Amino acid sequence: MKKHVISALVSNQVGVLSHVSGLFAARGYNIDSMNVGETEDPGISRMTIVLRGDDQIIEQVVKHLRKLINVLQVKDLSAAPYVERDLMLIKVATPPGRRGEVIDLVEIFRGKVVDISTRDMVIELSGPEAKIEAFISVCRPYGIKDVVRSGPIAAPRGAKDE
Amino acid sequence: MKTGAQLLIDSLQAIGIEVLFGIPGGVVIPIFDVLYDADLKSVLMRHEQAAAHAADGYARASGKLGCCLATSGPGATNLVTGIATANFDSVPILAITGQVRRDLIGNDAFQEADITGITRGITKHNYLVRNAEDIPRIIREAAYVATTGRQGPVLVDIPVDVSTSQVEDVVPGEVKIPGYQPTIEGNQRQIERAAEAINAAERPVFYVGGGAIASNAAAEVKAFAEAAHLPVTTTLMGLGAFPEDHPQALRMLGMHGTPVANYAVMSSDLLIALGARFDDRITGKITEFAEHAKIIHIDIDPASIGKSVPVDLPVVGDAKQVLNELTPLVEYRERKEWFDQIAHWAENHKLSYQKNDKVKPQYVIEQLREVTNGDAIICTEVGQNQMWAAQWYGFKRPRQFISSGGLGTMGYGFPAAIGAQLACPDATVVDIAGDGSIQMNIQELATVARDNIPVKIAIMNNGFLGMVRQWQEHFYNRRYSHSSLNGNPDFARLAEAYGVLGITVDQPDQVRDALEKAMETDGPVVLDFHVDPNENVFPIVPPGERIDRMIDLA
Repeated sequence: MKKHVISALVSNQVGVLSHVSGLFAARGYNIDSMNVGETEDPGISRMTIVLRGDDQIIEQVVKHLRKLINVLQVKDLSAAPYVERDLMLIKVATPPGRRGEVIDLVEIFRGKVVDISTRDMVIELSGPEAKIEAFISVCRPYGIKDVVRSGPIAAPRGAKDE
Repeated sequence: MKTGAQLLIDSLQAIGIEVLFGIPGGVVIPIFDVLYDADLKSVLMRHEQAAAHAADGYARASGKLGCCLATSGPGATNLVTGIATANFDSVPILAITGQVRRDLIGNDAFQEADITGITRGITKHNYLVRNAEDIPRIIREAAYVATTGRQGPVLVDIPVDVSTSQVEDVVPGEVKIPGYQPTIEGNQRQIERAAEAINAAERPVFYVGGGAIASNAAAEVKAFAEAAHLPVTTTLMGLGAFPEDHPQALRMLGMHGTPVANYAVMSSDLLIALGARFDDRITGKITEFAEHAKIIHIDIDPASIGKSVPVDLPVVGDAKQVLNELTPLVEYRERKEWFDQIAHWAENHKLSYQKNDKVKPQYVIEQLREVTNGDAIICTEVGQNQMWAAQWYGFKRPRQFISSGGLGTMGYGFPAAIGAQLACPDATVVDIAGDGSIQMNIQELATVARDNIPVKIAIMNNGFLGMVRQWQEHFYNRRYSHSSLNGNPDFARLAEAYGVLGITVDQPDQVRDALEKAMETDGPVVLDFHVDPNENVFPIVPPGERIDRMIDLA
């Protein structure tokens, strides 16, 4: 099933998150991730929701989201070109003598080491989902102790210059 | 300075609330204290569920916003079934609940329930009021949301210390809700396309739902159907949106619809759906529903369109407005072959029942129609009583048939009748009940006795949960598990215990006299009709079957 990225602007009010998540639960829609953050207007938050489904299901999701009184705007970003970023903090084991190898990988993926101890390090990495997944798999041989991901946020690409 | 409770009652009056249905309790005492000398009629119910249904019945009968009031915790949770009933059938009600003090919320305080959380999925919107100053604005917004677009219930939860706090009087400004802008006017181009399709259709059917009644569009429905010369079928919720004695009326479709309605829909080449939502009780086997028809769907709720069936021509907008745009664009066409076919089906497949020496429920309803001249407001419970009422009364006007269509709430009809009677004091209001359903809110006999609310209750008493029994007979090999209600009380004597006139009828020749006596009585009456326990509702479409494959053993 096709992946869809829904971007919604919501009033920053108590209960709005439960209205949105409740709608998904009540209608049996499964979501991959949901991300909420303030916009430039502190009264308005943006939700980025990633889910999979056929076009008919997604159309229903969008329509039902639009019906919620606290939801101001809903867009299916996947209908047009968009940029997507997922942020990850990953704690990778660094067996004696192999720390350098891990740091090489971090550099190749343009990540950042944000914490380090004798046994492991925490690496910050952002990018599209595929890049994040690729980094996780190359780290696996060293031992992954923790993965924390934000879930994707996304924005439509700007209009092309003619 | 005013208290939050005073602001609430002022706000309710400002939005035009004339009657509210409720029961006091700990955290709403401050609100009832204001009601003590406010110029606002309040009806003391005996169960909060009934208060919600009464508000709903009031709204359906009048077209105005209904209002109910309950305390926190159990009072609020008792409203839930009533709110869900209103939500499913798009009925505008405002439910006010008390809540525990703000500093106790989330603390498992006495009689605390997270009612905004509980009702999230069954309200159009809900509010927890955090400051008394917000009450006037929230009540205005709530009324606006409830009564516009696809109508529905809105709940406002008010902590007791908000009700008692003293604040400056506030005058609310214009209602401005950026996230709520219902589409009222249909898209002009879509309306033109719809007209073209209608004018080209050979075998069209106009399928009218409750949205036509909510939009007060009955006159427009008739004008449009006559202008384009279309046969008209209505859903259960749409009964009364088109007069059932009209020559173009096919009457109700679906699981217990008329054969002619079901055959016509299944043979149509164009189905024009108006304010209807292709419920499973209407479509039967959905993949084969009206399979040769192009579908036009006019609805105020975009999420209703394309939900169950693919739609060829969607028009989002208010039923009345869209019909007003559409009617001048359609042409009258004879469609003789189609109407001849319909007449043939109608002639050969009439609704019927076999008479014997027992009281037949269909006969009771036919007699009721005669005695009331077909003018009564008919409320129903849910089950066989509801379907017999829908099939046999014959509805002439909108807001005449009041029934829980979507949620199918047993116990709805009697309290809804109380609300309808308050909304229409001069009307004859009858609750057609079953012996099962009536016991789900029978405590309201105390309410009608005390306030002399002249609702007539006609119990089709067959000693069973009749529709369950019927399904067990047809589909569960006659294994009548838990559907017999032996142990029922003597309903006439029970009524008498409440101070309500009770009449028992067990012979067909007593039916007419009993009905006449009830209608002449200036007060509530319980009519206990001991009907044939083996009577079934026919026709019936087996669940999941095509709607033109009805069983009719009548």
